[in-house]
Amino acid sequence: MKIDISINGKRCEADVEPRLLLVHFIRDLAGLTGTHIGCETSICGACTALMDGKAVKTCSILAIQADGAEITTIEGLAKDGQLHPVQEGFWECHGLQCGYCTPGMIMSACGLLRDNPTPTEEQIRHGLEGNLCRCTGYQHIVDAVQYAANKMSAQAAKAD
Amino acid sequence: MSFLAKYIGQKVKRTEDPRLVQGIGHYVDDVEIAGALSVAILRSPYAHARVNSINIDAAKKAPGVVAVYTGKDVEGKIGYVPCAAALPELKVPKYPVLASGKVIFVGQPVAAVVATDKYKARDAVDLIEVDYDPLDVITDAEKAAEGDSPLIHEEFGTNVAYVHSAGSGDVEAAFKQADRVVTQRLNHQRLAPIAMEPRGVLAQYFPGEQQLNLWSSTQIPHLLRTQLALMLGIPENRLRVIAPEVGGGFGSKLNVYAEEALAGWISMRLNKPVKWIESRRENVQATIHGRAQVGEVSVAVKNDGTLLGLKYDVTADLGAYHQLLTPAIPTLTGLMLSGCYKIPAIQMTCKGVFTNKMATDAYRGAGRPEATYLVERMMDLIAQELNMDPVELRRKNFPKPEEFPFATATGLFYDSGDYEMALSKALEIVDYKKLREEQKAARAQGRLMGVGVSTYVEICAMGPSIALPSGGWESATVRVEPTGKVTVLTGISPHGQGEETSFAQIVADMLGVSIDDVLVVHGDTSIVQYGIGTFGSRGIAVGGAALACATEKVVAKARTLAAHLLGTNEAGLTFEQGRFVGAPDDRSVTIQEVALAAYVPHNVPPDFEPGLVATHFFEPKNFTFPNGTHVCVVEVDKETGDVEILRYVAVDDCGKQINPLIVQGQVHGGIAQGLAQALFEEVVYDENGQLLTGELMDYAVPKAHQLPRYELDHTETPTTVNPLGAKGVGEAGTIGSTPAVANAVIDALAPFGVKHVDLPLRPEKLWRLMNN
Repeated sequence: MKIDISINGKRCEADVEPRLLLVHFIRDLAGLTGTHIGCETSICGACTALMDGKAVKTCSILAIQADGAEITTIEGLAKDGQLHPVQEGFWECHGLQCGYCTPGMIMSACGLLRDNPTPTEEQIRHGLEGNLCRCTGYQHIVDAVQYAANKMSAQAAKAD
Repeated sequence: MSFLAKYIGQKVKRTEDPRLVQGIGHYVDDVEIAGALSVAILRSPYAHARVNSINIDAAKKAPGVVAVYTGKDVEGKIGYVPCAAALPELKVPKYPVLASGKVIFVGQPVAAVVATDKYKARDAVDLIEVDYDPLDVITDAEKAAEGDSPLIHEEFGTNVAYVHSAGSGDVEAAFKQADRVVTQRLNHQRLAPIAMEPRGVLAQYFPGEQQLNLWSSTQIPHLLRTQLALMLGIPENRLRVIAPEVGGGFGSKLNVYAEEALAGWISMRLNKPVKWIESRRENVQATIHGRAQVGEVSVAVKNDGTLLGLKYDVTADLGAYHQLLTPAIPTLTGLMLSGCYKIPAIQMTCKGVFTNKMATDAYRGAGRPEATYLVERMMDLIAQELNMDPVELRRKNFPKPEEFPFATATGLFYDSGDYEMALSKALEIVDYKKLREEQKAARAQGRLMGVGVSTYVEICAMGPSIALPSGGWESATVRVEPTGKVTVLTGISPHGQGEETSFAQIVADMLGVSIDDVLVVHGDTSIVQYGIGTFGSRGIAVGGAALACATEKVVAKARTLAAHLLGTNEAGLTFEQGRFVGAPDDRSVTIQEVALAAYVPHNVPPDFEPGLVATHFFEPKNFTFPNGTHVCVVEVDKETGDVEILRYVAVDDCGKQINPLIVQGQVHGGIAQGLAQALFEEVVYDENGQLLTGELMDYAVPKAHQLPRYELDHTETPTTVNPLGAKGVGEAGTIGSTPAVANAVIDALAPFGVKHVDLPLRPEKLWRLMNN
C-alpha cells in the first residue's frame, strides 16, 4: 500500500506491506533510529512518538494507520540546536542512565505536559506508567518532567 | 595522589546526555550497514525433549530467505558456549549454539534463518518443522538433586553440578554454646534482569582482510572478543568487537551468548553483514536470569544477642547449562554471609543443580543480595526471638571502626567502614524512636504499619585478579594530543553508568585542563587496549584507579620535559592547575605546551621518548566493601494486601564520590530493582518448564507510580585499596533494599503472627496470610 506520513515535518512516501509496524517505518524507512523498540507489546513505551500531537506507542500501530498523519519523533523535538525543555530537564536532573527508554519517556512526557501543563508528582508518575525505565528508579525522571513543566510555564507566561 | 577538586566531587552534568536525549546515539540496532541480512531464531517450545528431525525445506524456499542453519551445520564449526567459572569437580555440559540431539530449556536456539529483512526471517522461522519427543521435565532444584529425578545431562548421571563448602571457625562448637538457635527456610526467587535494550549483534566479515567486525550489546567487549575468537577459530587480532551505546545490562550482558557466535559465523560463511536483534520474549527466555537459591539458614546466638555462628545449607538453581559465570555466583553468597557483623564461625554448603530452565548468572548484586537478604532477615527473626529491638541487635554485633581491616570467617578482609555512623544517620533521618511510637498508635487503630531496617555491606570493585576467572585488573591509557586535547582509552565498558563524564572529571582535575578537552573512549577492541569491562561495581574503583595511575605517569613524564624547557630541575617544579611552576626565573609552562614540545621534539632532554602518552594496568590488592543502612516504612492495606511505601531512607557509604549526581542515580536505580524483588518480580516456570512470565505483560518490572521518592544521605570512609578512595556504588541499592522492604512488610504483618514470608510480597500473598 502506498502511504504518505509526515515525520518531523518531512514527508515520507512509501509502498509498504499492510503489516509493517509504524516503528519500523520510522526506523527503517525514514532512518530515524531514536525511536527504540523494547518489548513489541506496548508495555515499555520505548517506541513512543507523537502522532498528530498525541503520544502513541509506535510498536502497536501499523504504518498504514498513520497514513496522512503528522508524526513527531525524538529527533524532531530540538529546534535550531536548542533542546526542548523536556530534553533539557532530563539532562539537568540526571533523568537518564543508559538512555534506551529516554526518547520514549521524553515523548510521553511531552504528551503529558500538553494535556496537563502543571502536573503534580503523582500525576507525573501516573502519566508515565506506560513507560518503563530500568535504570533510574524514576525519581530523577519525575524531577526532569517537573523541571520542564516549570520552564514551559515560565515561557508561556512570558509569551503572554 | 593529589587532585585539584574543580570537578571531582561535583555534580557535573553528564556529557553523554545531549546525544541520548535527542535520540541520536547508536545502539546496535541503530547501526546501519547496507545489505545487512536479518537473522531470526527458532527456539524450543519444550523444556526437555528429544529432537528427532528438523525439516527446513519450506523455510529455505520462502521469499527472501538466504540460508537456514541447524545444529548439524554448526557442529564442530562453532565452539561451545563457554563457562569461565572453575570449581573443584564442576560438571560442565557441552553447550552448543544450536541444539543438537535434545533441547533442555524453553527458548533454547534450534535453528537460525537468514533473510533479506526481519519480517521475512520471522515468517520463515514459522515454516520450520521440528519433530520433538517430549521428555520428563524437572524444574524444582531441590527435587532435581534427588536420585530419582529425570536427568538433564545423562552423561553426568546426576543433576548436581557441584557441591561447594565455604567458611571457617568451629561452627559445631558455636551451636553447642548457643543459648538459642534460630532457623529459617528462605527462598530467593528467580529474577530477570530486563535491560531496556534487549541483546543484539551485528556482524560484518571482510573476506579480503579476513577481519570480522562484531557490534554487540555487551558489558565486556574484550572478554567477548577472546571467547568468540576461540569459538569461531578466528585469530583474536582479526576480530574487532564494538560495544556501541548499550541500553543497560545489570549483569545480563556480562556474558558470551550463542547468538553472538552464531551471527559472527553466519557473516563469515555468507560474506555478508548480518544482524540479530533479540525480541523481548526471547530476552526473558534466553538471556540469563538471576538469584534462584533456596535453603535453610541457622544462627547460633546468646541471650544477650551476641552472634556465635551461622550455617547455610542451600540449593542453587543453575538452569540447564552454564553460561559464563553461572556456577560461581552462589559462591559469592558464601563469601558475604558475615554481613556487617562479627560472626566467629560460618559454614555454607551449596549444591548447584541443573534444572530445565534458562541459566542463572550475574544479575545486579550477583550472590550478594542473597547473602544480605538472608543475614538481614535472620537479624529480624533473632531480634523477635530475643525480644530485642532489631536495631540494637545489629548495633551490638557491628565491628567497631578501629577493628578494620576486619577479617570475616568467610576469609575476607573488609577494608574500611563505620557501620554505626551510617546506621545512626539513617535512624536520625527517619526519627526511628518516633516511628516506633507512630507504629504503636497505628496498630492500636488497626492499621498495619511496618518499619524495616537493613544494614548491609557488599563486596565490590571486582577485584583482585586471583579471585576472578578473567583476572580483575583494569586498564587505561591517557594521551595528551599535540594540541593539548586529552584522549582517554578505558577498558571499562559503561552502559549507563556515565563514565564518559566521571572519568573526564578525574583526568581534567589531575591535568588541570577543562573537562570539555577530555574525550573518554571505550567499548571498541580495535581502539582500546585490552580491558575487563563493567560489572561488580568496578568502574570507578578499578577502572578509575587505572586512569588515575595512567594520568600520574603522564604528569611525571611531562614534568621531566617541563624541567628541561624551563631550564630547572624536576624537584623544584610543582604542577598546579595545568601549569608547571617554580622555575627560578618565574617562568612556567602549561601541560598543553609540554605536549606540543613532546610531539615536536626539537628541544628535549637526551634520550627523551617523544609523545605524551601513558598506559596503566591497575591491579587491586583487595576488594572494597561499601556499606550502609536502608530504612523502609510501609503500610499494608488490610483489605487488599497492597503495600504502600511511606518512606524510604538510604544512607550509603561508597567511599569517595567522584560525581554525587551519578551516585544518586545509581542508588535510586539499585533501590528500585531491590524493592521490585521484594514486592513484585518473579520469573515463573510451570511444572512443564513453560515460562509463564515470558513478556513484560507478565513479568512485573515496576512503573513510576509503584515506586516511592527516595531520601538519600551518605557517610564517607575512604578505602586505601585504590588511589581514588572510591569503593563503588553500582549494586549498593539493590543489595541494601530488598531486606529493608521485606523486613518492613513482615513487621507490618506482626499482628497476624507472621514471622516470615517468601518474596515477592505481592498483595494476593499478603491477603491470603491475613485471611488464613
